[in-house]
Amino acid sequence: MTTIVQKISSVFAKDKELVEVKTKPYSNPYLTGIGLGLVLLAAFVIMGRGLGASGAMSTLVAVGVNTVAPEHTQSNPFYSEYLGDGTTSPLKDWLVFEVLGVLAGGFISGSLAGRVKKGIEKGPNITSKKRLLYAFVGGSLMGIGAKLARGCTSGQALTGGALLNLGSWAFMMMIFAGGYAAAYFLRRQWL
Amino acid sequence: MNAPFYKFGLFNSDVSLIIAFIIGIAFGFALERGGFGSARILAAQFYFSNMRVLKVMFTAIVTAMLGLYYLSVIGFVDLSLIYISETYILPQVVGGLILGVGFVIGGYCPGTSVVSFATGKLDGLMYILGLMFGIFIFGEVFPYITDFYYSTNMGSVTLPQYFHLSYGLVVFLVVIMAVGAFALAEWSEKKFAHRNPENQL
Repeated sequence: MTTIVQKISSVFAKDKELVEVKTKPYSNPYLTGIGLGLVLLAAFVIMGRGLGASGAMSTLVAVGVNTVAPEHTQSNPFYSEYLGDGTTSPLKDWLVFEVLGVLAGGFISGSLAGRVKKGIEKGPNITSKKRLLYAFVGGSLMGIGAKLARGCTSGQALTGGALLNLGSWAFMMMIFAGGYAAAYFLRRQWL
Repeated sequence: MNAPFYKFGLFNSDVSLIIAFIIGIAFGFALERGGFGSARILAAQFYFSNMRVLKVMFTAIVTAMLGLYYLSVIGFVDLSLIYISETYILPQVVGGLILGVGFVIGGYCPGTSVVSFATGKLDGLMYILGLMFGIFIFGEVFPYITDFYYSTNMGSVTLPQYFHLSYGLVVFLVVIMAVGAFALAEWSEKKFAHRNPENQL
């Protein structure tokens, strides 16, 4: 336990020599998949619902817009659905807390494996500036796509996939179709 | 004992938020272990050189699907109490295509971008900001696309219901399909090993 705490706190240590955490390779994908599947199964059994991600961002956006322009959000059914009836805070939401957990869990796993490093993930033939712009543009597109599809890779593809939901399977196939269709035109970013 | 526990009133909604946080930790941990905090590994899925996305996702789907199937067969879980979102086939197909294109441009999906940001990646943060901007744009145009958004509603429908097959048979077919996909993934990773970002780390 103490070594785990040491490893996690070492991310914030100025003197990296004190606790050296070697970068470990990623885990076996099939074992990781079984682990992820058991987490999803636990969500089904305990809560009666699956996992998600984009829903939490939608709540944040709705709360943000509501702070700036409350009349505007009340007349828009998209925002008002995320804001609820006003009896409790919209931030007291299952997905918001789940995504906070994802943030913590990702950080814990990364620290233990020596993979928490400030940096930019990019291919060898693209500048950092361009990569950051692409990340923003790709994120925007996925925000629009996920809202149209009523969920993202977590809420639809993964959760709906395991529940054999028709719409989720159609959606999942289309993600791969769209991805492979666009891959050729974006090869300079990654290869 | 009957599941889902929450639906049978074993705990209240405040406790459910603590459970959400714990499940989220496990979710984020698994994503990071699988290499999903790295945009290069995620994007390599679309260049056939690193198939972790497919392997982890399909293994997870098969695991949860089989678990749920057997737990419902022995009567432990009441399937009718598990939330299945309604199918709106046309907007979901279009949304999936947009998501796929966005995936190759941005390098993440919403869940993995959170893990990427948690491990210090600036592009992960930019992606999250973009994601929120996209949702804002969607919210602003929502009043104009409401008809399309609610079009082609098929209700809550599963593959067994739609194809008139038994639940067990569809579960079996998905397992077979996953095994086939894994074999193809292993083959393609060998063929394109020279450009697998994981081998260059």
